[in-house]
Amino acid sequence: MSGQILHAIQSRLGKTLVLLPPYLWMFLFFLLPFGFVLKISFSEAIIASPPFAPLFEYDPDEGILNAVFRVFNYQYLLEDSLYINAYLGSIKIATVSTLICLLIGYPFALAIARAPKSRQPLLLVALMLPFWTSLLIRVYAWIGILRQDGVLNNILLWVGVIDEPLILLQTTFATYVGVVYAYLPFMVLPLYAVLEKQDLTLLEASRDLGASPARSFIDVTLPLSIPGIISGSMLVFIPVIGEFVIPTLLSGESTLMIGRVLWTEFFNNRDWPVASAVAIIMLVVLIIPIIVFQNQQSKQGA
Amino acid sequence: MPRILKFSLWAGFAFLYAPILVLIAYSFNASRRGSVWGGFSTHWYGELFRDEQILNAAWISIKVAVYSATGATLLGLLAAVAMVRFGKFRGRTLFSGLMSAPLVMPEVIVGISLLLLFISAEQLIGWPAGRGILTITIAHITFCTAFVLVVLQPRMATMDRSLEEASRDLGAGPVTTFVLVTLPVIAPAIVSGWLLAFILSFDDLVIASFTAGPGSTTLPMLIFSKVKIAVSPDINALATLIILVAALGLVAAMLLTRNRNNQQ
Repeated sequence: MSGQILHAIQSRLGKTLVLLPPYLWMFLFFLLPFGFVLKISFSEAIIASPPFAPLFEYDPDEGILNAVFRVFNYQYLLEDSLYINAYLGSIKIATVSTLICLLIGYPFALAIARAPKSRQPLLLVALMLPFWTSLLIRVYAWIGILRQDGVLNNILLWVGVIDEPLILLQTTFATYVGVVYAYLPFMVLPLYAVLEKQDLTLLEASRDLGASPARSFIDVTLPLSIPGIISGSMLVFIPVIGEFVIPTLLSGESTLMIGRVLWTEFFNNRDWPVASAVAIIMLVVLIIPIIVFQNQQSKQGA
Repeated sequence: MPRILKFSLWAGFAFLYAPILVLIAYSFNASRRGSVWGGFSTHWYGELFRDEQILNAAWISIKVAVYSATGATLLGLLAAVAMVRFGKFRGRTLFSGLMSAPLVMPEVIVGISLLLLFISAEQLIGWPAGRGILTITIAHITFCTAFVLVVLQPRMATMDRSLEEASRDLGAGPVTTFVLVTLPVIAPAIVSGWLLAFILSFDDLVIASFTAGPGSTTLPMLIFSKVKIAVSPDINALATLIILVAALGLVAAMLLTRNRNNQQ
């Protein structure tokens, strides 16, 4: 009996020792930092190092701790149309890009999933290579293609479709190209994962019962791939909202995105409290998509 | 395969690879002006290895990536054991949520929040003193662990449990069994996870920019500061080398997982 108790305690202790390091790490370096962002978003920017006023001040005469929460950073964000437009711009770019990624990515993923089993590993490697290559470099590569004396304009001129070079770089078009290009693998991989697992006999049954290929696709393949559609869409939508590199290198002044605004506030204006408030509102915007993503992940894990 | 699927397969790959191929072609262009083909040359590669600034930044990036990949692999391994083997423990939902949230969290948010944590911690307890390789590494471990877990978790979930049971039946304790039986079985996935974490850390620009200090400029930070100004041929050469490293890493990771599957 006591041996069993000892064993139970040992097992409990062992589990705790395994759980504690990752739990503690993610608590300290992922969850806790949001508290500091929230705190500093209520602070005031000052010229000092670090450039924000302390929120709590100890008053030695009175012996009390004073806390001053300033909401003017949030007021400022709501009143200045720059920020609202940047949030709306990010939401629009992220939504449209997610849809384009889905439209391009779905047949792409289906084609890989239905390719001969022996060829699938090679196709997967080919799909994952861009994902393993720096986003910065992949976005940078588009500059060489889209700029006025770039590859695309040269080809179009040579073919004779256009008479003078088009302005492609630093436009909303360039932003969409960059975002769809950078995030397409994030859409295709989860779609492939669900499509590859699909039971093809269901499709055969549907065809045997007289359904057209299109009908079987809509009634069988598509509904069964919804988990992949949700995961893929969230893996694109959420990070694109905060995207910084793509709008900086490809958009110029054409598109306002909130990730770039945060960066500018932080690094160029050194207004850390406003940058923090921008981050907090971004998190609020993203909370529902993140919960949807998490639910999907835990369903797939179960 | 229906024709439309075949078309989207090839169009998809063409879209993914065209910019990379253009970049690689430009890196061998003798002309300084990107749009004009001045003949084949490896001049820019030579230039690269004489550039002290680039070599320094590359060395910092490699160090950070090795530390981060190692740390993230250790944490990811523990997290995978917990997720796959502990069943329904208390706080599982929070745990799995915490582990997978960095997969989607925008980098600017991760970056700003970690920097504010580091600065506040320095004010309160004097640690970490300043920012540099240590703070970048902590930040990278935090987001890389999630990706290592994505690689490790399915591998652990599908491994043959009877091997572990046999080891336990023969009297080995849980730790001995894990080290002598489980680890060798999932070793290829561990190496793949490490390689992925290395690449992710090595490529990161945004989080490193927030958490770096003076004197710890990483390679992506240096590249970014250069490409903001102009497209330059030596950056094309550097980018080609980085793509090559990533490709080798991926192929290594794929071969490891494939050998494993063939053995079963």
